Amino acid sequence: MACYQISFIFVRLLTNIDMNVLVCISNVPDTTTKVRFVNDNTEFDTSGVQWIINPWDELALTRAMELKEDASNPVARVTVLTVGQAAAEPTLRKALAIGADDAIRIDARPVDAFFVASQIATVLRESDYSIIINGIESSDYNGSAVGGMLSELLGLPSVSAISSLRVENGEVVIIREIDGGKEELTVPTPFIGVVQKGIAKEPRIAAMRGIMMARQKPLKVVPAVEVAPLTETVEFSLPTPKAPCKMFVPDDVKGLLNALVNEARVI
Amino acid sequence: MSVLVYTENWDGRFKKLSHELISYASKIAEMTGGSVTALSIGKVSDGELSKLGNFGASTVLSAGDAGVLDNQLYTGIIAAAAEKVHAKVIVLANNNSGKALAPRMSVRLKAGLASGVTAVPESVNPFVVRRKVFSGKAFAKVKILSGTVILSLAQNSFEVHETGGSAKVEAFNPGIDPSAAKTKVRDVQKQAGKILLTDAEIVVSGGRGMKSGNNWKPLEELAEVLGAALACSRPVSDEGWRSHDEHTGQTGKIIAPNLYLAFGISGAIQHLAGVSSSKCIVAVNTDKDAPIFEAADYGIVGDALKVLPEFIKEARAVKAQ
Repeated sequence: MACYQISFIFVRLLTNIDMNVLVCISNVPDTTTKVRFVNDNTEFDTSGVQWIINPWDELALTRAMELKEDASNPVARVTVLTVGQAAAEPTLRKALAIGADDAIRIDARPVDAFFVASQIATVLRESDYSIIINGIESSDYNGSAVGGMLSELLGLPSVSAISSLRVENGEVVIIREIDGGKEELTVPTPFIGVVQKGIAKEPRIAAMRGIMMARQKPLKVVPAVEVAPLTETVEFSLPTPKAPCKMFVPDDVKGLLNALVNEARVI
Repeated sequence: MSVLVYTENWDGRFKKLSHELISYASKIAEMTGGSVTALSIGKVSDGELSKLGNFGASTVLSAGDAGVLDNQLYTGIIAAAAEKVHAKVIVLANNNSGKALAPRMSVRLKAGLASGVTAVPESVNPFVVRRKVFSGKAFAKVKILSGTVILSLAQNSFEVHETGGSAKVEAFNPGIDPSAAKTKVRDVQKQAGKILLTDAEIVVSGGRGMKSGNNWKPLEELAEVLGAALACSRPVSDEGWRSHDEHTGQTGKIIAPNLYLAFGISGAIQHLAGVSSSKCIVAVNTDKDAPIFEAADYGIVGDALKVLPEFIKEARAVKAQ
């Protein structure tokens, strides 16, 4: 019996059966939001804002679902996780409606990237995800930092700028964008993938059935741990308004080129 | 304060990006009273390395070839260099590799990271610096709460300054074995001689107003005349008219060239988020109320396909002068 168990474990190690995937989700304002600030420009004005899954995280989730649905892959379970207060739950439910099996919300106001990554690392130390995916940046604070910080905190390999991710014979194969080209890489699991556009063709939209099912799916709320942030945002500002556009008639391309050469000095 | 800059070379040559980083770092060194050390990984000639002095580096640490970018391995090399020069500020580019390495450095050194910074710090004690947020729709002033600071500089946000100096080149052995890399390369595909979108000083871009993927010839011709890179809006790459690596906008590439020429692009807010940091924007669009004209500096209300032949002719004339 013991011998049977050992060989079973051995087969598992060889073929990496049952890979679990975690997709980290950021709850962000709709990308068409008019950006405004309140409290002496120290806080983002959330009044009237629609919240969505960060576009890159949505693509990451879509790819994770594709991997799970493709029977040739060993991906068994897709979990989504966010660090946020209760107001972020509708966004997690959206991710469950798209197809994630379960969700985790770490109950905290995200203070800075180090704070967020430390919270996620605390949860991940107790779990067994093989592939952990982050979007390349969040569309609000554009930090591009949580995935990299998380991998360093956990001592795991990471690959950034991923435009394709697949599993081949239990091995993760990645295409990474580099300047002027692409690299195909393999990386041992567990690992952290930071993905960009191209990882999935289009974000998946939740179907009615998915929305109904999402209500029943487990959403676990985990208390935050105490972490001192490394940075603090002291003030926001808006860019100074641009001068009005100088218009030229279609017959005066010459005039426009002249302005580009002599006025703007960009040619 | 000692400032360390992580530079990247492409086939043994440094690009303008590295010069921007070093110019930026030397400005910080000036503010804090310190010197700039540049770290270079890979094979680069001593001549090319010492030229980094022209932008303000006093020393260049030259580490040998470490193979393809393995985030853990490269973080180790940068950390070893930071320790050697007692760096208090570490500057990287906010590009693909900077985005992979800067957050790791932040954790490794317990140093606050401000990514996508656009200007020299407002103050160095406390360390307060401005960065882009909301995809360029706003700025945030960030205070770093740790003693060591990691900064990633937004591309094209700092002018290159030439000092006429020359740097001392030192071989640097970080004591890290490149064969320990966990990421293994299977294949590399590089297009030689192509002007990279994120590097380009001038970008020629097309949108839905180009009507079909078959109408790209004039844009390609204009790009060639101006030495520009090609870009497109999201509908164009979604339709498969152009490959997605040309897509500029919030979820595509974020670019900041000197000149962005938008043909047949209406300028959805997501598109503008990817191009609004350009120094000068020119728009040609049939709809006079298109939002692109609010972001543009110069515009023509007209059909891109009809305006382009004249544009190419005039651009040729300008270039011939």
